[in-house]
Amino acid sequence: MRGEQYQSWGRFPRARHRVCRLWWRHEAREIGRLEGPLLAYGRGRSYGDVCLNDGGTVLDTRGLDRLACFDAGSGRLRCEAGVTLEELLRIFVPRGWFLPVVPGTKFVTLGGAIANDIHGKNHHRAGTFGCHVVQLELVRSSGERIVCTPERNAELFRATIGGLGLTGLITWAEIQLKPIPSRAIAVETIRFANLDEFFEISAQSDREFEYTVAWVDCAARGSSLGRGLFMRGNHADAGQRAPRQSRAIPIVFDFPQLVLNRWSMKLFNALYYRKQWPERKSTVVDFDSFFFPLDRLLDWNRIYGRRGLLQYQCVVPHGHDGRAVLRQLLETISAAGLFSFLAVLKVFGNLSSPGLMSFPRPGVTLALDFPAGPGVMALLARLDRVVAAAGGAVYPAKDARMAAADFQHFYPQWERLDALRDPKFSSSFWRRVTAPI
Amino acid sequence: MGAEKTLIFGATSAIAQQTARLLAARGAELFLVGRSADKLGAIAADLKVRGAAQVFARTADLDRASEHDAILDEAARRLGRIERVLIAHGVLGEQSAAERDFTQVERIFHTNCASTLSLLTRVAQRMSEQGSGTIAVITSVAADRGRPSNYVYGASKAAVSVFLQGLRARLHRRGVRVLELKPGPVDTPMTAHMEKSWAFSRPEVIAAGIVRAFDGRRDVVYLPWFWRWIMWGIRAMPDRIFNRLTL
Repeated sequence: MRGEQYQSWGRFPRARHRVCRLWWRHEAREIGRLEGPLLAYGRGRSYGDVCLNDGGTVLDTRGLDRLACFDAGSGRLRCEAGVTLEELLRIFVPRGWFLPVVPGTKFVTLGGAIANDIHGKNHHRAGTFGCHVVQLELVRSSGERIVCTPERNAELFRATIGGLGLTGLITWAEIQLKPIPSRAIAVETIRFANLDEFFEISAQSDREFEYTVAWVDCAARGSSLGRGLFMRGNHADAGQRAPRQSRAIPIVFDFPQLVLNRWSMKLFNALYYRKQWPERKSTVVDFDSFFFPLDRLLDWNRIYGRRGLLQYQCVVPHGHDGRAVLRQLLETISAAGLFSFLAVLKVFGNLSSPGLMSFPRPGVTLALDFPAGPGVMALLARLDRVVAAAGGAVYPAKDARMAAADFQHFYPQWERLDALRDPKFSSSFWRRVTAPI
Repeated sequence: MGAEKTLIFGATSAIAQQTARLLAARGAELFLVGRSADKLGAIAADLKVRGAAQVFARTADLDRASEHDAILDEAARRLGRIERVLIAHGVLGEQSAAERDFTQVERIFHTNCASTLSLLTRVAQRMSEQGSGTIAVITSVAADRGRPSNYVYGASKAAVSVFLQGLRARLHRRGVRVLELKPGPVDTPMTAHMEKSWAFSRPEVIAAGIVRAFDGRRDVVYLPWFWRWIMWGIRAMPDRIFNRLTL
């Protein structure tokens, strides 16, 4: 079967694959017979090429979406790795349980959440997704089935969390859910005028709020550099209700390149900054609109047109230096005249993940997206320099272009993952960033 | 809806599995029949977590009609009574092989037609005595007109289709409902080897239609709905034109 539809969310770069669809976890041991290299593919929500395996075989895990058991006393859930977070939320939120960590989209699989060791707006409280994985099963191309926990096969467990799918096929995992009083989130949105204000609000909010994140106007310069909106929230008390998010709107065609240009982005950023009159606004919203506003636009990546989009997420260490580095990053972007629709800032907490290759670390993280193009490539390479000099790192799950040398500098532990990698597993990303320097 | 007591044949098929999930979410009691114990076990566990009040499973090869009564006995005993039956097992077969080899035709007819008619005969008898119930069978749009690409499969489903018409009329007075579900092509392991086009639906979509059909009034349901009109056009086409098309 041809696999043209197996692309990444950024639709850059493009890849060609052989495809094997998996339907049953007990049949997964047969994967060793397939022509390699192999890579599990869930819903293709990684932006760059960690989910691509150009010229190889992708193992489509959509059919591995069964739940295995749930203990309503402890909140432990065991299920197959192809189940989406959307489905888990649909089943468990009405029962008063929530996922320990959610990313910006609910359309990712459990396996993908583990392999990229995703983080969310509660990183300062809960750490990464991997902190809540109790155990998981790996099927290796040798046919071996290995159950890994923080104690048993611990090294493989650590390598699989944030291991980019390279240690073998994750067939199922057990995670810890958390109880919630209601499905609503009590949100406060605060306008901040510059980076210093952001850090001030962030430090105060992280003590009082479970979820914090900020949107930055990356078109602003000078004294308003780093202005934006800070969003913070807690699960609302039982009985609090909020209207459900209205029906999703599908984007059914690729937008022409014209739509996203520097003026439209600048205008959008300026308007969004003023979207609320008061400096501070409190509301109660459904969890869907708080965590996954973009999921309302199905296939929103098509807005970026055929050329695709490039995401960039980096983390730089805390402190006054971190502030200066962040300022330097934002200045570099606005000087380049390239703007991002969605620039997101968040201060990571100190909880470390069990993952060997995890991206989050103490510091502040900035995420941006741009329409793919040569100017953007050059800009992102400049940002890499700034991040590297500051002792930061770039997030593989969103990357499609960082240089091998930079990756190996950001993740010196990569050789350990390579040693634990299933010899028959690889990805476009891995071949790119482990190329000899 | 309370505890809908549903017996599902071919419960490991993708469409049956998705249908069972929707019923499980409403708290149904389910009895699953399929060939593989591993697969049934995985599905039963899944349905329990999704909210099924009870899930029972039995492995059986439905090609052996002699076992059918024993299965029905066990299902009736476990569920208390059988309110709904969904017959979802079947094979696509290989048309080109069947064109050359009658044993292939026989095999397709045995699974899709003979075993189904055996189940229908026995279930109809029990529900007729019980004076209530719904029998639903998945046939296919392929049953509407024999096409070169799949007339053997289509014919095996068409025989069931006609059988159901008669059965429906016979059981109508006894308070038993006979439902025919006619999906177009669906993206399942059965069609894994085929190149997917616009015509393919996801099993979740078909399953939602099956649950709506159980709750609704229509006795012959095309899934998705647009196949009713496409097949109406295909049936109405004169032979002169039909025979020249590659369908």
